[in-house]
Amino acid sequence: MSEFVYYGDPVQRPDPVAADAPRRFYEAVYLRDNPAGPHEELWYHANGCRGWLRVSRDTRTHDVLGASFAGK
Amino acid sequence: MRYSLLALARQAFRGNRHWQPVWRDTEPRPSYDVVIVGGGGHGLATAYYLAKQHGVRNVAVVEKGWIGSGNAGRNTTIIRSNYLLPGNEPFYERSMKLWEGLEQDLNYNAMVSQRGVLNVYHSDAQRDAFARRGNAMRLAGADAEMLDAEAVRRMLPFLDFDNARFPIKGGLLQRRGGTARHDAVVWGYARGASDRGVDIIQNCEVTRFLRDGSRIVGLNTTKGTIRCGKVGLAVAGSSSRVAKLLGLKLPIESHLLQAFVSEAIKPLIPCVVTFGAGHFYVSQSDKGGLVFGGDIDGYNSYAQRGNLPVVEDVCEGGMALMPAIGRLRLLRSWAGLVDMSMDGSPIIDRTPFNGLYLNAGWCYGGFKATPASGWCFAHLLAQDQPDPVASAFRLDRFETGHLIDEKGQGAQPNLH
Repeated sequence: MSEFVYYGDPVQRPDPVAADAPRRFYEAVYLRDNPAGPHEELWYHANGCRGWLRVSRDTRTHDVLGASFAGK
Repeated sequence: MRYSLLALARQAFRGNRHWQPVWRDTEPRPSYDVVIVGGGGHGLATAYYLAKQHGVRNVAVVEKGWIGSGNAGRNTTIIRSNYLLPGNEPFYERSMKLWEGLEQDLNYNAMVSQRGVLNVYHSDAQRDAFARRGNAMRLAGADAEMLDAEAVRRMLPFLDFDNARFPIKGGLLQRRGGTARHDAVVWGYARGASDRGVDIIQNCEVTRFLRDGSRIVGLNTTKGTIRCGKVGLAVAGSSSRVAKLLGLKLPIESHLLQAFVSEAIKPLIPCVVTFGAGHFYVSQSDKGGLVFGGDIDGYNSYAQRGNLPVVEDVCEGGMALMPAIGRLRLLRSWAGLVDMSMDGSPIIDRTPFNGLYLNAGWCYGGFKATPASGWCFAHLLAQDQPDPVASAFRLDRFETGHLIDEKGQGAQPNLH
Protein backbone atom coordinates (compact mmCIF):
# COMPACT_ATOMS: atom_id res chain seq x y z
CA MET A 1 0.00 0.00 0.00
CA SER A 2 1.49 3.30 -1.09
CA GLU A 3 1.11 6.57 0.75
CA PHE A 4 0.79 8.47 -2.52
CA VAL A 5 -1.20 7.38 -5.56
CA TYR A 6 -0.26 8.54 -9.03
CA TYR A 7 -2.92 10.08 -11.20
CA GLY A 8 -0.93 11.28 -14.20
CA ASP A 9 -1.16 14.45 -16.24
CA PRO A 10 -3.22 17.30 -14.76
CA VAL A 11 -5.55 17.68 -17.72
CA GLN A 12 -8.26 20.32 -17.63
CA ARG A 13 -11.78 19.06 -18.32
CA PRO A 14 -12.75 20.50 -21.70
CA ASP A 15 -15.85 22.62 -22.22
CA PRO A 16 -18.61 20.03 -22.84
CA VAL A 17 -20.74 22.42 -24.92
CA ALA A 18 -17.95 23.54 -27.23
CA ALA A 19 -18.59 22.82 -30.89
CA ASP A 20 -15.57 20.50 -31.06
CA ALA A 21 -16.14 18.93 -27.62
CA PRO A 22 -15.71 15.28 -28.77
CA ARG A 23 -12.31 16.07 -30.25
CA ARG A 24 -11.25 18.02 -27.16
CA PHE A 25 -12.37 15.25 -24.81
CA TYR A 26 -10.50 12.69 -26.91
CA GLU A 27 -7.34 14.75 -26.68
CA ALA A 28 -7.77 15.39 -22.93
CA VAL A 29 -8.54 11.78 -22.04
CA TYR A 30 -6.17 9.91 -24.34
CA LEU A 31 -3.30 11.97 -25.73
CA ARG A 32 -0.21 12.61 -23.64
CA ASP A 33 2.98 14.64 -24.05
CA ASN A 34 4.88 11.93 -22.15
CA PRO A 35 8.10 13.98 -21.95
CA ALA A 36 11.54 12.74 -21.00
CA GLY A 37 12.40 15.45 -18.50
CA PRO A 38 10.32 17.73 -16.25
CA HIS A 39 6.74 16.46 -16.04
CA GLU A 40 3.72 18.04 -14.36
CA GLU A 41 1.58 15.41 -12.68
CA LEU A 42 -1.05 14.79 -10.00
CA TRP A 43 -0.50 12.67 -6.90
CA TYR A 44 -3.19 11.82 -4.35
CA HIS A 45 -2.10 11.59 -0.71
CA ALA A 46 -4.32 8.54 -0.22
CA ASN A 47 -2.93 7.29 3.09
CA GLY A 48 -2.36 10.72 4.58
CA CYS A 49 -4.15 14.07 4.31
CA ARG A 50 -6.08 13.01 1.17
CA GLY A 51 -4.95 16.16 -0.55
CA TRP A 52 -4.25 16.35 -4.27
CA LEU A 53 -0.77 17.50 -5.15
CA ARG A 54 0.54 18.94 -8.37
CA VAL A 55 4.11 17.72 -8.59
CA SER A 56 6.85 18.63 -11.02
CA ARG A 57 9.20 15.67 -11.43
CA ASP A 58 12.00 14.78 -13.83
CA THR A 59 11.05 11.52 -15.54
CA ARG A 60 14.69 10.76 -16.36
CA THR A 61 15.97 10.95 -12.76
CA HIS A 62 12.79 10.83 -10.57
CA ASP A 63 13.94 14.09 -8.91
CA VAL A 64 11.01 16.08 -7.54
CA LEU A 65 11.43 19.65 -8.73
CA GLY A 66 8.47 21.15 -6.88
CA ALA A 67 5.04 20.44 -5.43
CA SER A 68 1.94 22.43 -4.58
CA PHE A 69 -1.67 21.69 -3.71
CA ALA A 70 -3.67 21.14 -6.86
CA GLY A 71 -6.84 23.07 -7.62
CA LYS A 72 -5.58 26.42 -6.43
CA MET B 1 27.73 -19.29 -40.14
CA ARG B 2 27.35 -23.01 -39.66
CA TYR B 3 27.34 -24.69 -36.29
CA SER B 4 28.56 -28.23 -35.70
CA LEU B 5 29.90 -30.32 -32.86
CA LEU B 6 33.34 -30.05 -34.41
CA ALA B 7 33.18 -26.24 -34.61
CA LEU B 8 31.94 -26.13 -31.02
CA ALA B 9 34.87 -28.26 -29.81
CA ARG B 10 37.41 -26.33 -31.86
CA GLN B 11 36.18 -22.96 -30.55
CA ALA B 12 36.13 -24.27 -26.97
CA PHE B 13 39.83 -25.14 -27.21
CA ARG B 14 40.58 -21.72 -28.69
CA GLY B 15 38.91 -19.86 -25.82
CA ASN B 16 35.77 -19.01 -27.81
CA ARG B 17 37.55 -15.95 -29.20
CA HIS B 18 37.24 -16.81 -32.87
CA TRP B 19 33.52 -17.07 -33.50
CA GLN B 20 32.47 -15.09 -36.55
CA PRO B 21 29.67 -12.53 -36.11
CA VAL B 22 26.42 -14.01 -37.42
CA TRP B 23 25.10 -10.75 -38.87
CA ARG B 24 26.63 -7.75 -40.62
CA ASP B 25 27.09 -4.55 -38.61
CA THR B 26 26.95 -1.90 -41.33
CA GLU B 27 27.12 1.83 -41.99
CA PRO B 28 24.08 3.42 -43.63
CA ARG B 29 23.75 3.74 -47.38
CA PRO B 30 22.20 6.96 -48.76
CA SER B 31 18.76 5.49 -49.36
CA TYR B 32 16.50 2.51 -48.67
CA ASP B 33 13.00 1.45 -49.60
CA VAL B 34 12.12 0.94 -45.93
CA VAL B 35 13.87 2.08 -42.77
CA ILE B 36 12.83 0.46 -39.49
CA VAL B 37 13.63 2.63 -36.48
CA GLY B 38 14.38 0.45 -33.49
CA GLY B 39 16.60 -2.63 -33.43
CA GLY B 40 14.79 -4.61 -30.79
CA GLY B 41 12.98 -7.88 -31.36
CA HIS B 42 10.02 -6.21 -33.06
CA GLY B 43 12.11 -4.09 -35.44
CA LEU B 44 14.37 -6.97 -36.44
CA ALA B 45 11.44 -9.36 -36.84
CA THR B 46 9.76 -6.76 -39.06
CA ALA B 47 12.87 -6.49 -41.25
CA TYR B 48 13.16 -10.28 -41.40
CA TYR B 49 9.57 -10.83 -42.51
CA LEU B 50 9.74 -7.88 -44.93
CA ALA B 51 12.63 -9.60 -46.67
CA LYS B 52 11.37 -13.15 -46.35
CA GLN B 53 7.60 -12.88 -46.84
CA HIS B 54 7.34 -9.77 -49.00
CA GLY B 55 10.62 -9.70 -50.93
CA VAL B 56 11.41 -6.18 -49.68
CA ARG B 57 15.17 -6.43 -49.17
CA ASN B 58 16.37 -2.86 -49.55
CA VAL B 59 15.76 -2.33 -45.84
CA ALA B 60 17.72 -0.82 -42.96
CA VAL B 61 17.18 -1.21 -39.23
CA VAL B 62 18.57 1.78 -37.33
CA GLU B 63 19.14 1.38 -33.62
CA LYS B 64 20.07 4.09 -31.11
CA GLY B 65 22.17 1.74 -28.96
CA TRP B 66 23.04 -1.85 -29.80
CA ILE B 67 20.47 -4.36 -30.98
CA GLY B 68 18.46 -5.94 -28.21
CA SER B 69 19.71 -3.43 -25.62
CA GLY B 70 16.22 -2.28 -24.67
CA ASN B 71 13.23 -4.32 -23.65
CA ALA B 72 14.21 -7.27 -25.84
CA GLY B 73 16.87 -8.06 -23.24
CA ARG B 74 14.98 -6.92 -20.15
CA ASN B 75 11.78 -8.98 -20.20
CA THR B 76 10.96 -12.17 -18.32
CA THR B 77 10.98 -14.26 -21.56
CA ILE B 78 7.41 -15.58 -21.24
CA ILE B 79 5.46 -16.57 -24.34
CA ARG B 80 1.73 -17.25 -24.18
CA SER B 81 -1.55 -16.48 -25.93
CA ASN B 82 -4.04 -16.36 -23.08
CA TYR B 83 -5.98 -13.21 -23.88
CA LEU B 84 -9.72 -12.67 -23.75
CA LEU B 85 -10.80 -10.06 -26.28
CA PRO B 86 -11.38 -10.75 -29.98
CA GLY B 87 -9.12 -7.83 -30.96
CA ASN B 88 -6.19 -9.41 -29.11
CA GLU B 89 -6.46 -13.19 -28.94
CA PRO B 90 -6.15 -14.11 -32.65
CA PHE B 91 -3.04 -11.91 -32.87
CA TYR B 92 -1.36 -13.51 -29.86
CA GLU B 93 -2.29 -16.97 -31.07
CA ARG B 94 -0.66 -16.13 -34.42
CA SER B 95 2.40 -15.19 -32.40
CA MET B 96 2.27 -18.48 -30.48
CA LYS B 97 2.15 -20.43 -33.75
CA LEU B 98 5.10 -18.45 -35.09
CA TRP B 99 7.01 -19.22 -31.88
CA GLU B 100 6.35 -22.91 -32.44
CA GLY B 101 8.04 -22.81 -35.83
CA LEU B 102 10.55 -20.06 -35.11
CA GLU B 103 13.69 -22.09 -34.61
CA GLN B 104 13.15 -24.14 -37.77
CA ASP B 105 12.32 -20.97 -39.68
CA LEU B 106 15.40 -19.07 -38.48
CA ASN B 107 17.62 -22.16 -38.19
CA TYR B 108 18.67 -20.73 -34.85
CA ASN B 109 18.26 -22.07 -31.34
CA ALA B 110 15.98 -19.62 -29.52
CA MET B 111 15.45 -22.12 -26.69
CA VAL B 112 11.68 -22.01 -27.14
CA SER B 113 10.38 -24.13 -24.29
CA GLN B 114 6.66 -24.93 -24.20
CA ARG B 115 6.66 -25.72 -20.53
CA GLY B 116 3.15 -24.36 -19.94
CA VAL B 117 1.75 -21.19 -18.41
CA LEU B 118 -0.47 -21.68 -15.38
CA ASN B 119 -2.62 -18.86 -13.94
CA VAL B 120 -3.88 -19.93 -10.52
CA TYR B 121 -7.24 -18.73 -9.23
CA HIS B 122 -8.40 -18.22 -5.68
CA SER B 123 -12.17 -17.72 -5.72
CA ASP B 124 -15.33 -18.86 -7.48
CA ALA B 125 -15.65 -15.55 -9.28
CA GLN B 126 -12.09 -15.81 -10.54
CA ARG B 127 -12.74 -19.38 -11.66
CA ASP B 128 -15.67 -18.15 -13.77
CA ALA B 129 -13.55 -15.38 -15.28
CA PHE B 130 -10.77 -17.84 -16.12
CA ALA B 131 -13.25 -20.32 -17.63
CA ARG B 132 -14.54 -17.54 -19.85
CA ARG B 133 -11.01 -16.60 -20.88
CA GLY B 134 -10.16 -20.22 -21.59
CA ASN B 135 -13.23 -20.51 -23.81
CA ALA B 136 -12.27 -17.33 -25.66
CA MET B 137 -8.80 -18.76 -26.20
CA ARG B 138 -10.16 -22.01 -27.59
CA LEU B 139 -12.50 -20.10 -29.92
CA ALA B 140 -9.41 -18.42 -31.38
CA GLY B 141 -7.65 -21.75 -31.88
CA ALA B 142 -5.45 -21.65 -28.78
CA ASP B 143 -5.32 -24.33 -26.12
CA ALA B 144 -6.64 -23.82 -22.61
CA GLU B 145 -7.35 -26.23 -19.80
CA MET B 146 -9.09 -25.63 -16.50
CA LEU B 147 -7.39 -27.44 -13.62
CA ASP B 148 -8.87 -28.06 -10.20
CA ALA B 149 -6.83 -27.67 -7.03
CA GLU B 150 -5.78 -31.34 -7.06
CA ALA B 151 -4.38 -31.10 -10.58
CA VAL B 152 -2.48 -27.93 -9.66
CA ARG B 153 -1.18 -29.68 -6.55
CA ARG B 154 0.21 -32.51 -8.66
CA MET B 155 2.11 -29.99 -10.81
CA LEU B 156 3.25 -27.62 -8.07
CA PRO B 157 2.95 -29.30 -4.65
CA PHE B 158 4.89 -26.53 -2.91
CA LEU B 159 2.34 -23.74 -3.51
CA ASP B 160 0.48 -22.33 -0.50
CA PHE B 161 -2.84 -24.04 -1.24
CA ASP B 162 -4.38 -23.46 2.16
CA ASN B 163 -3.46 -19.81 2.49
CA ALA B 164 -6.11 -18.32 4.78
CA ARG B 165 -6.60 -15.23 2.66
CA PHE B 166 -6.00 -16.54 -0.89
CA PRO B 167 -6.49 -20.33 -0.99
CA ILE B 168 -5.65 -21.86 -4.38
CA LYS B 169 -8.77 -23.33 -5.96
CA GLY B 170 -7.33 -24.29 -9.34
CA GLY B 171 -5.80 -22.78 -12.44
CA LEU B 172 -6.05 -22.02 -16.12
CA LEU B 173 -3.29 -23.81 -17.98
CA GLN B 174 -2.00 -23.11 -21.46
CA ARG B 175 0.33 -26.02 -22.13
CA ARG B 176 1.70 -24.51 -25.35
CA GLY B 177 2.86 -21.39 -23.52
CA GLY B 178 6.29 -21.20 -21.95
CA THR B 179 9.52 -19.29 -22.33
CA ALA B 180 12.13 -18.44 -24.98
CA ARG B 181 15.65 -17.10 -24.73
CA HIS B 182 15.14 -13.41 -25.47
CA ASP B 183 18.67 -12.56 -26.67
CA ALA B 184 18.67 -15.50 -29.04
CA VAL B 185 15.42 -14.26 -30.54
CA VAL B 186 17.09 -10.92 -31.30
CA TRP B 187 20.20 -12.57 -32.73
CA GLY B 188 18.22 -15.09 -34.75
CA TYR B 189 16.08 -12.43 -36.39
CA ALA B 190 19.16 -10.23 -36.92
CA ARG B 191 20.95 -13.09 -38.66
CA GLY B 192 17.94 -13.98 -40.78
CA ALA B 193 17.42 -10.37 -41.82
CA SER B 194 21.10 -9.72 -42.44
CA ASP B 195 21.41 -12.87 -44.60
CA ARG B 196 18.59 -11.53 -46.77
CA GLY B 197 20.30 -8.18 -47.36
CA VAL B 198 18.92 -6.04 -44.53
CA ASP B 199 21.42 -3.49 -43.17
CA ILE B 200 21.61 -3.37 -39.38
CA ILE B 201 23.00 -0.02 -38.24
CA GLN B 202 23.80 0.39 -34.56
CA ASN B 203 24.56 3.53 -32.54
CA CYS B 204 22.42 5.45 -34.98
CA GLU B 205 19.82 7.71 -33.38
CA VAL B 206 17.13 9.46 -35.39
CA THR B 207 17.31 13.21 -34.79
CA ARG B 208 14.86 14.55 -37.38
CA PHE B 209 12.36 13.37 -39.97
CA LEU B 210 12.68 14.79 -43.48
CA ARG B 211 9.31 15.73 -44.91
CA ASP B 212 7.86 16.67 -48.23
CA GLY B 213 4.52 18.09 -47.12
CA SER B 214 2.85 15.35 -45.11
CA ARG B 215 5.07 12.66 -46.67
CA ILE B 216 8.10 11.33 -44.83
CA VAL B 217 11.00 11.07 -47.27
CA GLY B 218 13.97 10.44 -45.01
CA LEU B 219 15.68 10.68 -41.66
CA ASN B 220 18.48 12.69 -40.17
CA THR B 221 20.46 10.45 -37.89
CA THR B 222 23.64 10.62 -35.88
CA LYS B 223 25.21 8.73 -38.80
CA GLY B 224 24.00 11.13 -41.48
CA THR B 225 20.98 11.51 -43.69
CA ILE B 226 19.09 8.45 -44.95
CA ARG B 227 16.45 8.87 -47.66
CA CYS B 228 13.69 6.30 -47.72
CA GLY B 229 10.33 5.41 -49.13
CA LYS B 230 8.75 4.28 -45.89
CA VAL B 231 9.62 4.49 -42.21
CA GLY B 232 8.43 2.03 -39.58
CA LEU B 233 8.74 3.03 -35.94
CA ALA B 234 9.29 0.11 -33.56
CA VAL B 235 10.70 1.97 -30.59
CA ALA B 236 8.34 0.98 -27.78
CA GLY B 237 9.36 2.69 -24.55
CA SER B 238 10.42 5.78 -26.48
CA SER B 239 7.57 6.02 -28.99
CA SER B 240 6.40 9.38 -27.66
CA ARG B 241 9.89 10.87 -27.88
CA VAL B 242 10.34 9.84 -31.49
CA ALA B 243 6.80 10.87 -32.46
CA LYS B 244 7.43 14.24 -30.85
CA LEU B 245 10.04 14.96 -33.54
CA LEU B 246 7.00 15.28 -35.81
CA GLY B 247 4.77 17.03 -33.28
CA LEU B 248 2.67 13.87 -33.04
CA LYS B 249 1.06 13.18 -29.65
CA LEU B 250 0.38 9.52 -28.90
CA PRO B 251 -2.07 7.80 -26.52
CA ILE B 252 0.91 6.45 -24.62
CA GLU B 253 2.76 6.99 -21.35
CA SER B 254 6.24 5.57 -20.69
CA HIS B 255 6.42 3.52 -17.50
CA LEU B 256 8.88 1.26 -15.73
CA LEU B 257 8.55 -2.48 -15.51
CA GLN B 258 10.96 -4.27 -13.23
CA ALA B 259 12.19 -7.83 -13.50
CA PHE B 260 14.11 -9.94 -11.03
CA VAL B 261 16.28 -13.00 -10.95
CA SER B 262 17.20 -15.02 -7.87
CA GLU B 263 20.29 -17.05 -7.17
CA ALA B 264 20.28 -20.43 -8.92
CA ILE B 265 18.63 -23.43 -7.28
CA LYS B 266 17.91 -26.98 -8.36
CA PRO B 267 14.90 -27.50 -10.64
CA LEU B 268 11.78 -26.45 -8.74
CA ILE B 269 9.29 -24.73 -11.02
CA PRO B 270 8.42 -26.76 -14.13
CA CYS B 271 6.26 -24.13 -15.85
CA VAL B 272 5.42 -20.45 -15.77
CA VAL B 273 3.09 -19.77 -12.86
CA THR B 274 1.21 -16.62 -11.99
CA PHE B 275 -0.45 -15.55 -8.75
CA GLY B 276 -4.13 -14.68 -9.14
CA ALA B 277 -4.62 -12.52 -6.07
CA GLY B 278 -1.79 -10.08 -6.70
CA HIS B 279 0.57 -9.55 -9.56
CA PHE B 280 3.45 -12.03 -9.60
CA TYR B 281 4.71 -14.33 -12.33
CA VAL B 282 7.68 -16.64 -12.19
CA SER B 283 9.57 -19.22 -14.18
CA GLN B 284 12.89 -20.93 -13.65
CA SER B 285 15.70 -20.36 -16.11
CA ASP B 286 17.87 -23.18 -17.40
CA LYS B 287 20.67 -21.83 -15.20
CA GLY B 288 18.42 -22.36 -12.19
CA GLY B 289 17.57 -18.79 -11.23
CA LEU B 290 13.96 -17.86 -10.65
CA VAL B 291 12.98 -15.15 -13.12
CA PHE B 292 10.02 -13.13 -11.92
CA GLY B 293 8.16 -9.85 -12.02
CA GLY B 294 4.93 -8.10 -11.16
CA ASP B 295 3.31 -4.71 -11.55
CA ILE B 296 4.77 -1.67 -13.26
CA ASP B 297 6.08 1.07 -10.98
CA GLY B 298 3.07 3.21 -11.81
CA TYR B 299 4.37 6.67 -12.73
CA ASN B 300 5.79 8.13 -15.93
CA SER B 301 9.49 7.43 -16.20
CA TYR B 302 12.36 7.15 -18.65
CA ALA B 303 14.88 6.19 -15.97
CA GLN B 304 15.22 2.43 -16.75
CA ARG B 305 15.55 2.04 -12.99
CA GLY B 306 12.76 0.99 -10.66
CA ASN B 307 12.02 1.76 -7.03
CA LEU B 308 11.74 -0.29 -3.87
CA PRO B 309 7.96 -0.30 -3.22
CA VAL B 310 7.46 -2.51 -6.28
CA VAL B 311 10.32 -4.79 -5.22
CA GLU B 312 8.52 -5.31 -1.92
CA ASP B 313 5.14 -5.77 -3.59
CA VAL B 314 6.47 -8.35 -6.06
CA CYS B 315 8.27 -10.29 -3.34
CA GLU B 316 5.14 -10.27 -1.17
CA GLY B 317 3.22 -11.74 -4.10
CA GLY B 318 5.84 -14.43 -4.47
CA MET B 319 5.75 -15.27 -0.77
CA ALA B 320 1.95 -15.47 -0.77
CA LEU B 321 2.05 -17.94 -3.66
CA MET B 322 5.10 -20.04 -2.78
CA PRO B 323 6.49 -19.48 0.73
CA ALA B 324 9.21 -22.03 -0.09
CA ILE B 325 11.24 -19.34 -1.87
CA GLY B 326 11.47 -17.17 1.25
CA ARG B 327 15.15 -17.85 1.91
CA LEU B 328 16.25 -17.26 -1.65
CA ARG B 329 18.40 -14.24 -2.30
CA LEU B 330 17.75 -11.81 -5.12
CA LEU B 331 20.61 -11.82 -7.56
CA ARG B 332 19.68 -8.89 -9.75
CA SER B 333 16.81 -6.60 -10.59
CA TRP B 334 16.44 -4.15 -13.43
CA ALA B 335 13.81 -2.13 -15.23
CA GLY B 336 12.74 -1.53 -18.81
CA LEU B 337 10.76 1.33 -20.32
CA VAL B 338 7.39 0.24 -21.55
CA ASP B 339 4.91 2.07 -23.76
CA MET B 340 1.75 1.94 -21.67
CA SER B 341 -1.11 2.65 -24.04
CA MET B 342 -4.41 4.10 -22.85
CA ASP B 343 -6.30 0.80 -23.14
CA GLY B 344 -3.49 -1.66 -22.46
CA SER B 345 -3.30 -2.93 -26.05
CA PRO B 346 -0.78 -2.21 -28.80
CA ILE B 347 -0.88 -0.08 -31.94
CA ILE B 348 0.20 -1.33 -35.40
CA ASP B 349 -1.09 1.22 -37.86
CA ARG B 350 -0.51 3.97 -40.36
CA THR B 351 -0.06 7.51 -39.00
CA PRO B 352 -1.28 10.93 -40.17
CA PHE B 353 2.00 11.17 -42.13
CA ASN B 354 2.29 9.40 -45.48
CA GLY B 355 5.01 6.82 -45.41
CA LEU B 356 5.22 6.70 -41.61
CA TYR B 357 4.00 3.56 -39.84
CA LEU B 358 3.74 2.97 -36.12
CA ASN B 359 4.33 -0.14 -34.03
CA ALA B 360 3.95 0.90 -30.39
CA GLY B 361 2.04 0.62 -27.13
CA TRP B 362 3.15 -2.90 -26.18
CA CYS B 363 2.61 -2.22 -22.48
CA TYR B 364 4.35 -4.99 -20.54
CA GLY B 365 3.56 -7.71 -23.07
CA GLY B 366 5.83 -7.03 -26.01
CA PHE B 367 8.15 -10.03 -25.87
CA LYS B 368 5.57 -12.74 -26.51
CA ALA B 369 4.25 -10.64 -29.40
CA THR B 370 7.62 -10.34 -31.14
CA PRO B 371 7.05 -12.76 -34.06
CA ALA B 372 3.48 -11.67 -34.84
CA SER B 373 4.33 -8.03 -34.34
CA GLY B 374 7.10 -8.30 -36.92
CA TRP B 375 4.89 -10.39 -39.19
CA CYS B 376 1.98 -7.92 -39.07
CA PHE B 377 4.11 -4.77 -39.21
CA ALA B 378 5.93 -6.13 -42.26
CA HIS B 379 2.56 -6.87 -43.84
CA LEU B 380 1.40 -3.31 -43.17
CA LEU B 381 4.63 -1.77 -44.47
CA ALA B 382 4.71 -3.89 -47.61
CA GLN B 383 1.04 -3.89 -48.54
CA ASP B 384 -0.29 -0.77 -46.85
CA GLN B 385 -3.08 -2.91 -45.41
CA PRO B 386 -3.23 -4.38 -41.92
CA ASP B 387 -2.92 -8.11 -41.46
CA PRO B 388 -6.41 -9.35 -40.43
CA VAL B 389 -5.22 -10.48 -36.97
CA ALA B 390 -3.80 -7.01 -36.22
CA SER B 391 -6.61 -4.99 -37.76
CA ALA B 392 -8.00 -3.90 -34.38
CA PHE B 393 -4.70 -2.31 -33.29
CA ARG B 394 -5.62 1.03 -34.82
CA LEU B 395 -4.21 4.37 -33.76
CA ASP B 396 -7.61 6.04 -34.10
CA ARG B 397 -9.49 3.55 -31.90
CA PHE B 398 -9.20 5.91 -28.94
CA GLU B 399 -11.12 8.53 -30.89
CA THR B 400 -13.70 6.17 -32.37
CA GLY B 401 -14.28 4.29 -29.12
CA HIS B 402 -13.16 0.84 -30.34
CA LEU B 403 -10.89 0.26 -27.36
CA ILE B 404 -9.33 -3.11 -26.54
CA ASP B 405 -9.28 -2.90 -22.78
CA GLU B 406 -8.51 -6.41 -21.44
CA LYS B 407 -8.58 -5.27 -17.84
CA GLY B 408 -11.45 -2.80 -18.11
CA GLN B 409 -9.47 -0.09 -16.37
CA GLY B 410 -10.23 2.85 -18.62
CA ALA B 411 -7.73 5.48 -19.71
CA GLN B 412 -5.31 5.00 -16.83
CA PRO B 413 -2.15 3.45 -18.21
CA ASN B 414 -0.61 2.78 -14.79
CA LEU B 415 -3.50 0.43 -13.95
CA HIS B 416 -3.35 -1.75 -17.09
